[in-house]
Amino acid sequence: MEEVLYNILGAVVTFIVAFVVGMTYGGLTRKITARVQNRKGPPFYQNFIDAFKLASKKTAIHHGVMHLMGPAFLMVSSVMTLLVVPVLSGNNWFPNLNFHGDLIFLLYIMTFGPLGMALGAGQTGNPNSAIGVTRGLSQMVGFEIPWVMALVALMIQYKTTSITGLMDAQAQTGTWLMFSSPFAFIAAVMAMFGMFRYSPFDIVGAPTELASGPVSENGGKFLFVMMSSGSVFTFAKLTLYIDLFMGGASNLVILLIKTFALYMIPVLYGITSPRYRTEQAVRWFWGWPTFFGLLAIIQAVILK
Amino acid sequence: MINDKHSQKIVDYIQNWSRKHSIWVLAYGTGCGAIEIPPTMTSRYDAERLGVRGAATPRQADVLLITGYLTVKTLKRVIRVYEQMQDPKYVIGFGSCTINGGMYYDSYNTINVLDKYLPVDVYINGCMPRPEAVLSGFAQLQKRIAEGRADGAAQYKENLEWYRANQKRIIPNWVMPEYNW
Repeated sequence: MEEVLYNILGAVVTFIVAFVVGMTYGGLTRKITARVQNRKGPPFYQNFIDAFKLASKKTAIHHGVMHLMGPAFLMVSSVMTLLVVPVLSGNNWFPNLNFHGDLIFLLYIMTFGPLGMALGAGQTGNPNSAIGVTRGLSQMVGFEIPWVMALVALMIQYKTTSITGLMDAQAQTGTWLMFSSPFAFIAAVMAMFGMFRYSPFDIVGAPTELASGPVSENGGKFLFVMMSSGSVFTFAKLTLYIDLFMGGASNLVILLIKTFALYMIPVLYGITSPRYRTEQAVRWFWGWPTFFGLLAIIQAVILK
Repeated sequence: MINDKHSQKIVDYIQNWSRKHSIWVLAYGTGCGAIEIPPTMTSRYDAERLGVRGAATPRQADVLLITGYLTVKTLKRVIRVYEQMQDPKYVIGFGSCTINGGMYYDSYNTINVLDKYLPVDVYINGCMPRPEAVLSGFAQLQKRIAEGRADGAAQYKENLEWYRANQKRIIPNWVMPEYNW
């Protein structure tokens, strides 16, 4: 019983840390974008102000039950991803709720949120939402293939389907998986461009073209839930990458350094790139990333 | 939110502070003043450092920025857009045309005084106002929000019949939905 209480308390702590870190990363992204464009930019805590304002706005929109549940689906998916991913290795404040086969579970749960959001956006009846949803699902079909290939390569090579198993393998050999299976790392990082939806792949939101796509009918508190769920999901995905490929983290400072370094890859690539069209994006993901995914699987089968 | 005068005061203060520093603008760019918005938002004048950024749809926006003259046809759309926005919401009238008609004062199909049809919180005059003037207008709006005096939306609800009568007088075929707040 005591253990359960500790787990619940730890889950709350994990959520708060993920929220704060994700929001701060979002604000830093805006600041860095502004500096690259030779602007002063908003303060790094701008996202917190925006979130508070959105939460304090009144909301008189009702398009139906599914529309109300869309943001909730997103939030549930983010929190479940966060709780399955081990944040710090061997720390009591961050409970390790993972189990055998949680990598396969993650593959499902990470697509669950966007699918729920797609249903919610469909009920609003806004044409921009519908176009955004079809684009998002096409893009997901694109980047899921190299991402799954990278994960399958890891599973074959180390004969385990749990994240802690892969972390143990890295701890035993002393080398990070990004060095011992580099092709899987390259494929996974390329798939990450699609996951974070920064600029060459921001075809879902598509500012000035689709009027923010699936979220175009959502304002105020809906946007607040989506924003916080996005921040939590960002943190969870970055932590997952760190756990899988960069040996995890033993304390919070190392975790922040590693996640921020990894986060800068899609952000900096995005600032300097224009947007792809949908078919270009899908073709990009089915090109080199999938090739590296294939190489990773071949390497895994040979080295097994 | 909370049924206590003093705590309500503190909550209002914090909420107004966050509203003041996070202004999402829906630029209704049919008039010629819309050309002044890109320089205001981009590197030279950088409105984002004040928390001002563009919003994509009326649902997400806080401020409706009406840039320049309004014809009778676009007035109808502006009213639709304004009524889709969520509280608290503000309107900025941009340029001389929204104040007294400007150079289109005797045109047969533009309106002269925007304040008769929508509650305007801040006017920015000039034909057209430069980005410095636009930023000063935003600063004025921030001041009014912080003082809690930017209550155009509340006035619109209170005097809805007066506004509706004015709108219906100028718009010939009225097919808008009727609201009952």
